[in-house]
Amino acid sequence: MATPHDEMWEKLNLDLEGHAGLLEVLGKFYGDIYMSQSGRLKGMEYLDFVLSEVHGLRIKELQDAKAQGKKIIGTFCVFVPEEIVLAANAVQVGLCAGAEAGTESAEKILPRNTCALIKSFVGFKLSRLCPYIESCDLVVGETTCDGKKKAYEIFEEYTPVYVMEIPQMKNACDRDLWKSEVYRFKDKIEEITGRKITAQSLKEAIQTLNARRRALQRLNTLRAAVPTPISGRDVLLINQVSFYDDPVRFTASINKLCDEIETRVKAKEGVVPEGTPRLMLSGCPMAIPNWKLPFVIESSGAVVVGEESCIGTRNIRDLVEEKGETVEELLDAVIDRYMRIDCACFTPNTERMEHIVSMAKELKAQGVIHFALNFCQPYTIEAFKVNRALDQAQIPMLSIETDYSMEDVEQLKTRVEAFVEMVKN
Amino acid sequence: MDKPIIAGIDIGSRSIELVVLQGGQRTHEAKVPTTFDPLGQCRRILEGKPVDRIVSTGYGRKLLADFLNGEVPVTTITEIQAYARGAHHLHPGVRTILDIGGQDTKVISLHETGKVAKFEMNDRCAAGTGKFLEFMAAALQIPIEDFGTFALGADRRIKISSMCTVFAESEATSLVARGERPENIALGLHLAIVQRTLSMLGRVGKEPPLLFAGGVAHNPCIRALIEEETGLAIVVPENPDMVGAVGAALYGTDMYLSGNV
Repeated sequence: MATPHDEMWEKLNLDLEGHAGLLEVLGKFYGDIYMSQSGRLKGMEYLDFVLSEVHGLRIKELQDAKAQGKKIIGTFCVFVPEEIVLAANAVQVGLCAGAEAGTESAEKILPRNTCALIKSFVGFKLSRLCPYIESCDLVVGETTCDGKKKAYEIFEEYTPVYVMEIPQMKNACDRDLWKSEVYRFKDKIEEITGRKITAQSLKEAIQTLNARRRALQRLNTLRAAVPTPISGRDVLLINQVSFYDDPVRFTASINKLCDEIETRVKAKEGVVPEGTPRLMLSGCPMAIPNWKLPFVIESSGAVVVGEESCIGTRNIRDLVEEKGETVEELLDAVIDRYMRIDCACFTPNTERMEHIVSMAKELKAQGVIHFALNFCQPYTIEAFKVNRALDQAQIPMLSIETDYSMEDVEQLKTRVEAFVEMVKN
Repeated sequence: MDKPIIAGIDIGSRSIELVVLQGGQRTHEAKVPTTFDPLGQCRRILEGKPVDRIVSTGYGRKLLADFLNGEVPVTTITEIQAYARGAHHLHPGVRTILDIGGQDTKVISLHETGKVAKFEMNDRCAAGTGKFLEFMAAALQIPIEDFGTFALGADRRIKISSMCTVFAESEATSLVARGERPENIALGLHLAIVQRTLSMLGRVGKEPPLLFAGGVAHNPCIRALIEEETGLAIVVPENPDMVGAVGAALYGTDMYLSGNV
């Protein structure tokens, strides 16, 4: 079927046929999982629209930005300081990594037992299905895990890649390392954009991104209400879209949505009845369109009330201190903020256990479902400590390891339903 | 309704079990193979048995609910819930349930009250389940019912390290080629399953009494090895494969008693 974007996709050298197939599957999947929900908030229409145009109008906007001389920086990780990119008047976007696409081509260069996320981004690139990657002037990788680290070495042969070194511990020397990495990144971005980052542009960027984080924090506070005013699927989608959309427009839309939720909460209206079991998700990021597990959970008589994940609270919990007046002071604040990220790539990572327990309590979650991608060592191994911390807090946990395929959906349903029965009784 | 007739039906990958309760008393039970027509088998098993409510469990639970929709009210519960309810009824005080079925293995830890405290199920692969034993028994040309007794005739323990059914078969074949006694190979295969089960018990906890359910509980070699490896005396119900159906029927009865229908 011809679309108004065909010409643009062709210019981006996408595999048009494969891409049309991908969009068709995505559309159907979205219809089944999202449009089938009842009692949805009016404000979600914005998200529906953004998603329907995620490879269309948004890509067009990126092309227009490029035509004006802006640079597009693609990322896969919440460690990449967007403040720096924005301060250099460039655009940062999250890249496609949430669908089983191009697995066959990816497995030509990656071992089969590589996590689905890595296989996905390599597959998207090799099979020319992601217009974001194709629009990027630079893809920023990072050393969060060995799989990614080694995959970027190969990925680099297909697209320009820059890798940031992420510390693995949180001692003073690790902060020093991170500081030098942030400065090195700033130089790189200044070089590629040809723009010098100033105290003013950095401060504005910090404020813009803090505003986005505050809007998402507000959303998380509101959803804690009983009965739950918004489905977990919808909040996950919002978090996913936050990586793609223009930050200012996105923040305004989410604040508007929050106003609507406020009204709903005051009226004690919920998207599910009051006694519906409340579950929290924790673990690996769920990139678009990885909605499998939230859908299984919410089709099993429970509602998801929180996402302890990079595409969730890990990305929005901490703000950057705004008071600095010089580039150095402001960068210090950026460095400190990113050092607080509780990714499983750190050792030890005790903050994460504390965050999970306090978050579950605040959200009145009756149980936690820990989600790890198969072969993701940091999260699969850390699940043991998460389980212990939750045990001590007397919050039940179910550990799930899965990938992007649909073949285990029935088995997942049995486990999730059994868990829901367990927390309900 | 004074004494409603409740059917509990457990639609597993290998067999379907039915238990009918009236006023809490068991009035009928049956077991048939699942085949490739589970719905037809359910129809047959229920034929001429008027029931007021069905509680279905097992992997085919929803299939039946959709199929009978409108004829008889059907409630679905998971195998975890059904086994917990059934085991607690058959042997009050049971704290751990090990169920090895045709395609999955599960360990359920219960509170004293019978409430589920924790559970774990095997991943998508059927390694370490009844299917594995069935496949290996066929490879060694021993009827599955006799496989456990056959393995007990071993005179030495060998280790089969592959848990993948396909690899384990080639491992067994190479042992045959080396002249190993088939009884010893059979024991090795039984040990492989038990090892896998033990790691699951280790994670969930093996608080006694431990009840062993599911079709594989009929196998004397697996029973003996589990007792030996855990150091616990295991409880095996009279009909270990009926535990899920009993639990489902009891769940339905509870629903009536609590007026929650």
